[in-house]
Amino acid sequence: MTTLDRTAPGVEMRGGEVAFGRNVVFRNVDLRLPAGKIVALLGRSGCGKTSLLRLLAGLPSTSQDDNTVWRGDIRLTDERDRSGAVALMEQSNPLLPWASAFENVAIGSRLRGETPERERALALLDCVGLRERSDARITTFSGGMKQRVALARALYEPCSIVLMDEPFASLDAITRWRLQHRAVEMLSGRTCLLVTHDPLEALRMGDEIMLLKGAPARLETIPAPSTPTPRNLDSHEQQELHAKLLDRLAA
Amino acid sequence: MKKSVRIFALTLILLAVWSAIVRLADIPSYILPGPLMVLKAWSDNSTLLLNNAAVTLTEILLGMLLGIAFGSLSALLLMMYKGARLWLLPLLVASQALPVFALAPILILWLGYGMASKVAMASLIIFFPVTASFYDGLRRTPRSMIEMSRLMTSKQSGWRSRLRILLLIRLPSALPSASSGLRIAAATAPIGAIVGEWVGSGAGLGYIMLRSNARVEIDLMFAALLTLTVMAMVLYWFVDKSLRLIVTWSNEDERHDE
Repeated sequence: MTTLDRTAPGVEMRGGEVAFGRNVVFRNVDLRLPAGKIVALLGRSGCGKTSLLRLLAGLPSTSQDDNTVWRGDIRLTDERDRSGAVALMEQSNPLLPWASAFENVAIGSRLRGETPERERALALLDCVGLRERSDARITTFSGGMKQRVALARALYEPCSIVLMDEPFASLDAITRWRLQHRAVEMLSGRTCLLVTHDPLEALRMGDEIMLLKGAPARLETIPAPSTPTPRNLDSHEQQELHAKLLDRLAA
Repeated sequence: MKKSVRIFALTLILLAVWSAIVRLADIPSYILPGPLMVLKAWSDNSTLLLNNAAVTLTEILLGMLLGIAFGSLSALLLMMYKGARLWLLPLLVASQALPVFALAPILILWLGYGMASKVAMASLIIFFPVTASFYDGLRRTPRSMIEMSRLMTSKQSGWRSRLRILLLIRLPSALPSASSGLRIAAATAPIGAIVGEWVGSGAGLGYIMLRSNARVEIDLMFAALLTLTVMAMVLYWFVDKSLRLIVTWSNEDERHDE
């Protein structure tokens, strides 16, 4: 039951719309996450990336206002139910301050009444470089370490769809680079949406790159390099693409 | 070490001030006996005082146990059932308009002069702070934690996963708030027991105070008061220390991290 279903479905959203009163964040957004691929969603802060991610996860709006519009027709390409198929790594990293790193990673098992898979959780902590701290309390961790625990927790969940919101934002440059590469391996076979504001990250990890821009925001598809991920970004074309991406973000 | 020295010094200063007031103002010993007199009364009556202190302490501890048990239970009920919120919560709030001390004579009437009425009194006094602080903590579980848990259990539904979220997420996350309720409980439960003893009893430190007051054994009355003070302080210190050991996190630093 907890083994990962390797035939991950794709995700399709039609007519996504989010509005807070008269402030329309986006409208008529169609999004396709191809099965087993990583889609990097780029956008500047405040453009609605997080709303789009929460909408896809099936979470309600953070605003309790009556004037909030929060809808989208979302289905999986294999026509199965979305519930239980989606793992989410939010920017707020809701880690449990009373628990150890290991307990945080495996909390999903305990919430489902299953026995935590110790070996798998420890292997994931190893991947994010925290195996030897697995029994330490989360309160003793730095912001970047907490984010790595949250990443391990999202990957621990037996879900074929992984939605991540700025998962590497509070990491130092070297850890970020290493983890971006590791994450691509760990996400293989899963359908993933990676929300980021960093064009380099999108270029390194994204099989497809999308841009959310404007007010109300619209979704553009940017042609990604055809080379396999993780990319090292040392070629001239990729440098050019990076510059182009920055231009389009700023425009 | 530094702290214990400070406490010791503070105690000495207080005793010196007390002694000085008695001497300089020439207060008769049937109004305010000096510290040495009280200490002598204490050592002369140590068995009597300790036996009665044991009675009062038992009342306080049983009262805390009951009050905390019922308080936690009603906080959990309030959290789990909307019906409880609709019907129990207004009742709880209304019951706070009633001064609990006013119930003491009734409790003595119903439960008798023995320990039961004092235990009831102590538990009634702490019931509301425990319920309120614990329920508040349960309600204020960070929204993102609840959303995450629901997403993780979204394949299952019904009361089992709700109960697990309550026990594994809401309960620990409520502990920092609940522990402030427990500190209030430790500080106020002695009041309940003593008030109960004043209204009617045959044993306990409150009883000794009233009895020695009637017999004009003011030094003994102060010795009983001193015993009670030390007992209450040790109780608070113990509860506070254990809570600090167990609840080492607060939800505050969760918020600061963002």
